[in-house]
Amino acid sequence: MITITNIKRVGSDETESVTIENGLIKGWNLPADQQDGGQVIDGQGGTVAPALIELHAHLREPGQTEKEDLASGLAAAAAGGYGTVVSMPNTSPVVDDPATVRSLIEKAGGLGFARLRPAAALTKGQQGEELAELTYLKEAGAAMFTDDGRTNENARTLRLGLETAASLGMVVSVHAEDATLRADGVMNEGPVSEALGLPGNPASAEAARVARDIEIVAGLHAQGIEARLHIQHLSTARALDLVRTAKAQGLPVTCEVCPHHLTLTDEALRSFDAIFKVAPPLRTQADADHLLQGLKDGSVDCLATDHAPHTRAEKERDLLDAPSGIAYIELAFPLMYTRFGETLGLERILDLMTAAPARVMGWPPPTLDAGQKADLVVLDLSTERPVDPAAFRSKAKFTPWAGESLKGWPLLTVVDGRVAYQR
Amino acid sequence: MTPVPSPAVMGSHPRHLLDFQDWTPERLNAMLDNADTMLQVLDRPVKKVPALQGLTVCNAFFENSTRTRTSFELAARRMSADVLTFAAGASSVSKGESLRDTMEVLTSYKVDAYIVRHHAAGAAHLVARYSGKPVINAGDGRRAHPTQALLDAYTVRQEYGSLDGKTVAIIGDIRHSRVARSNAELLPKLGARVVLCGPAPLLPAGLGALPGVTLTSDPRAAVRGAHAVMALRLQRERMSGGFLGGLQEYADTYQVNESLMQQAESGAVVLHPGPMNRDLEISGDTADGPRSRILKQVENGQAIRMSVLYHLLVGRN
Repeated sequence: MITITNIKRVGSDETESVTIENGLIKGWNLPADQQDGGQVIDGQGGTVAPALIELHAHLREPGQTEKEDLASGLAAAAAGGYGTVVSMPNTSPVVDDPATVRSLIEKAGGLGFARLRPAAALTKGQQGEELAELTYLKEAGAAMFTDDGRTNENARTLRLGLETAASLGMVVSVHAEDATLRADGVMNEGPVSEALGLPGNPASAEAARVARDIEIVAGLHAQGIEARLHIQHLSTARALDLVRTAKAQGLPVTCEVCPHHLTLTDEALRSFDAIFKVAPPLRTQADADHLLQGLKDGSVDCLATDHAPHTRAEKERDLLDAPSGIAYIELAFPLMYTRFGETLGLERILDLMTAAPARVMGWPPPTLDAGQKADLVVLDLSTERPVDPAAFRSKAKFTPWAGESLKGWPLLTVVDGRVAYQR
Repeated sequence: MTPVPSPAVMGSHPRHLLDFQDWTPERLNAMLDNADTMLQVLDRPVKKVPALQGLTVCNAFFENSTRTRTSFELAARRMSADVLTFAAGASSVSKGESLRDTMEVLTSYKVDAYIVRHHAAGAAHLVARYSGKPVINAGDGRRAHPTQALLDAYTVRQEYGSLDGKTVAIIGDIRHSRVARSNAELLPKLGARVVLCGPAPLLPAGLGALPGVTLTSDPRAAVRGAHAVMALRLQRERMSGGFLGGLQEYADTYQVNESLMQQAESGAVVLHPGPMNRDLEISGDTADGPRSRILKQVENGQAIRMSVLYHLLVGRN
């Protein structure tokens, strides 16, 4: 039994306590005799919320553990306030068989950090041609199906995958970029890429692919099949407009936006630092503004970080050679809260990182009511601290925001009633 | 991380020549003026000055280029520097060593300055960051080739005395050309207008945002009023990249030849950064004709590189 004292609920000034037992929330402000013998943790006046949910993280296990592994990645997630992480299957080997899904869940369960909900590949080897054994993968515990890391070039296979997933009640998420339009692009195509002489990845690569995938969903919808398509890391204004239209037509399409696409632009590449190389690439300020508008008006469903760790040596390569990805699951909430606390408000930001991703997945809404699963985070909304990559739990101990002063750092993360992180 | 200062900004005098971002017209003109002196040195029976005696310059060529390397090597030797040549093809880089590790090894040889050629845009910036020594960019991907642009500017200046109010047309594969990008950055700083011209897929619209630069796919419009016309080398692999319908079509439309030069200013000169595909992007007649300054460019390149070395290693103190 754990009692967390000296905490406030969002929107309330009342100092309260919550008691947790057997992985569940036992109750709020219980009399002392009902907390007997339990551990007491001082919440330091922090704000309590349901633990954050991450729909998009690369934890690199199996096979790429020099970049990250389950222990480092899930510890990093817990330190970032996350209670649940959906891991991407583009590992080595690809997570396309039930045994791997089971072994990942089992291993993660013993670590005591954030909970792992692995995504499985939609197609064998993520080759985009033949469907994986989706029924078995679901039984093994796969959270969703995706070929993220690659693009689904074969539209017919994607369609068949969406149909199968729909019959299983599962979401298919896509890295929506037309690989032929993207070509060898390493950054957003535009005046900056041309001035820098770096191959550009045009906004049309994303928008064209989003349009195609929405049409597949629309075609199925017309036949009474509700295939849930989730568009990952949406980065362009035009692609968001397409999603908006699809939603207005009642199509089961959702999308996520990443904080790095809200806070950084292609101008950052002027440093020639591959730390800013990410796929899809950092876009223009106009795109970032449009995405923020989408977060306000609800056309963007949720936030996700696309935590994509690589080794320092890999990210020190030149921009053509370095792999894509930014890893920052540990500072995603502080970054969002510091930059957009006033524009979006605390409640909206928390919704986008808790209930909203649950809605995308069709999971029950996380709440802090008695009897609910004890997944919660206590946030320090006032103390500003500089980002210190050396202290990251992630193996990727570098970040574009190093040294930046942020507030909203988690003090405590509880997952399944156990302390997964404590500052 | 600090928000992207170009590492070239160090005090009032740029420490590196990575591109022209941090260079003022005054500094650039001083470097061009100084090349006059270097040309005089090259006319002497003993073509050597002691300016860089005791300094070691490393030619770090991660991408092969015999011409540029030779030109830099000769320039450094004529300034009495010791020259260390590092060619990536024959080294640990081909065994997978990272750029950073390579630079750390070279730095422990006590190198005083680097001349860097690399296939990736921005690599010279990384070398500047990793080595902490002055770096001269000898070509990084599509990004920049500043000494080529300086020698082009110098060659035009020899004809007209100044670049002020002059128009330079650059015709060819603009998209993949570091020479075009460097000239588009440099020449407007010296008062010239730059017209970039090529088939639409090889002419990125984004470059039109640069000050003093206009774009056109019409070669006749491009050379009209031009005081110098530069043809760029057309890599034959652009065919397989799908950028072009055919080489003959390209030559018929974009070749710099006598007929096209009729549209230019009467005394207009012809430039080419080499190596040439004769009768593809430039006709043999024009390359060898009275307008051609192509060999002059090579000669001027020596003097310019001597001047650049002098400015970065001695002149700034």
